[in-house]
Amino acid sequence: MNLIRVQDLSFSYGDNQMILQGLNLEFTEQTTAIIGQNGAGKTTFVKLLKGLLTPSSGDIFINNINTKELIAAKLAKYIGLVFQNPNDQIFKSKVIDEVMFGPLNIGYSEKESKEYAIEALELVGLSGEVDRNPYDLSLSQRKMITVASVLAMQTNIIIFDEPTMGQDYEGKEKLKEIMRRLHHNGKLVISILHDMDFVAEVFERTIVFNRGRVLMDGDTRSVFSKVEMLKGAYLDQPFVTQVGKQLGFAETFLNVDELVEYAVSREIHN
Amino acid sequence: MNIIRVEGLKYKYPHTDKLALDDLTFDIKKGEFIGIVGKNTAGKSTLCYALTGLVPHFFKGAYGGQVYVDDLEILKSDISDISLKAGLVFENPFSQMTGSKYTVAEEIAFGLENMGVDREEMITRINESLLLLDIEHIKDKNPFSLSGGQMQRLAIASVIAMRPDVLILDEPTSQLDPQGTEEVFKVVEKLTKEGITIIMAEHKIEKIAQYSDRVMLLHNGRLIDFDTPQKVFSREDILDFGVSPPIFTKICRVLNIRDANTDLYPVTLEQVPKKELTLSKETISKRR
Repeated sequence: MNLIRVQDLSFSYGDNQMILQGLNLEFTEQTTAIIGQNGAGKTTFVKLLKGLLTPSSGDIFINNINTKELIAAKLAKYIGLVFQNPNDQIFKSKVIDEVMFGPLNIGYSEKESKEYAIEALELVGLSGEVDRNPYDLSLSQRKMITVASVLAMQTNIIIFDEPTMGQDYEGKEKLKEIMRRLHHNGKLVISILHDMDFVAEVFERTIVFNRGRVLMDGDTRSVFSKVEMLKGAYLDQPFVTQVGKQLGFAETFLNVDELVEYAVSREIHN
Repeated sequence: MNIIRVEGLKYKYPHTDKLALDDLTFDIKKGEFIGIVGKNTAGKSTLCYALTGLVPHFFKGAYGGQVYVDDLEILKSDISDISLKAGLVFENPFSQMTGSKYTVAEEIAFGLENMGVDREEMITRINESLLLLDIEHIKDKNPFSLSGGQMQRLAIASVIAMRPDVLILDEPTSQLDPQGTEEVFKVVEKLTKEGITIIMAEHKIEKIAQYSDRVMLLHNGRLIDFDTPQKVFSREDILDFGVSPPIFTKICRVLNIRDANTDLYPVTLEQVPKKELTLSKETISKRR
């Protein structure tokens, strides 16, 4: 099923410079990573999906409804976006109020909203901080508040813009777990990421943006096998893939276990 | 020559019970590249503040021990004097912009104006910084029209223009793409060749392993280890401190591939042997 369909989408901020040009994409339930240089148009693209920007030309269909026919507030029921910078998103003085704001705003009752908020805060590991002021917490914790705020809205599509920013090892592992769980629960997870090993480990599909166009789009392994194309977008293969190559293997590895298993089984067969 | 000397440093933020920095003692030599690693509550940012005088001159609280940057003792020095010795780049470039300047070049000039640098010298330093951080082409743009990555490079340029002895960076690449990250590390490494000491707190472990002369591992405000990247990242217990070793190290540990020179695990791609792998029987049987 197509959850999102993008047709001939172009966008510019009003000057002559086109930020996105002629995009045609479809999104199913596959977890999808969007990678590319700063300035490639990734954030603009997800803001368009979320209805925060309007296409200069072309159409976006969410659940087969053209976003032009929906106001952003209506669209909020279908699609959630976690901003790159939590300070752009947080405005309440209590963590719980911040996380309840979204579900309340799209029509859930006080009781439901609280339930969803608490569940989401537990998932991101902040259930102990419900009464704190978000600005008394660290940037990485504020980032997790914004993740919880979007999860609490129970949307079918969840988009993350650079979620690993400022996260330590534990935070990144938590994000991986959250994304896997969302996917398992049938949600569409889309994420902009700069951490190639994170992409390789978690995402089924990877789209490479370059100067406002789609340079590559395919299953993650095949995208990461194309070194030269990646270089063209100023990207490198994941470190794990690079190690495999260094050790003389022809395969494209996407995580440590895969590489280790391969190395060991090859030795056994030799 | 030691540019930084820290002896028994303890610090507690106001209205908190726990020590954010707990009895730290260490020296840093001029021109070293030091990586600070640890989980988010380890005290990395607080240490950055303590080395630049924000602790205890801006953040009050309980303070003990001594911190020397060059010949200045932080506790007894004026923050404006400290700022000539040690510059700080924050994790979020937004918090570093003055908000009062309309172009990138003027933003870089701000610190120099406050230092009373004369016009000719100012222009030289601005151009030098623009070049070093590869932001010449945007020198006339408004700082707030820049992408996150460009803005962070501007923040670093503004500090570098003041020519501090020590440059302290608190997760400077967290908003940058892989290319931007690499550029920052390369530029910063270049600065060590000019005798500037670099202290960088970062979560991008593979980069820290590649560029640092020594890695400082912090946990709950304590100094757990301060040694070469290979020694620190080869620790069996590193995950207990919320730090993942570089992917190269993880793989090599499981496959028991060691660096021939040190008998420790490789921490960079270059250290991974470039040849077909032969695994020991022991390694294979362990995985079966």
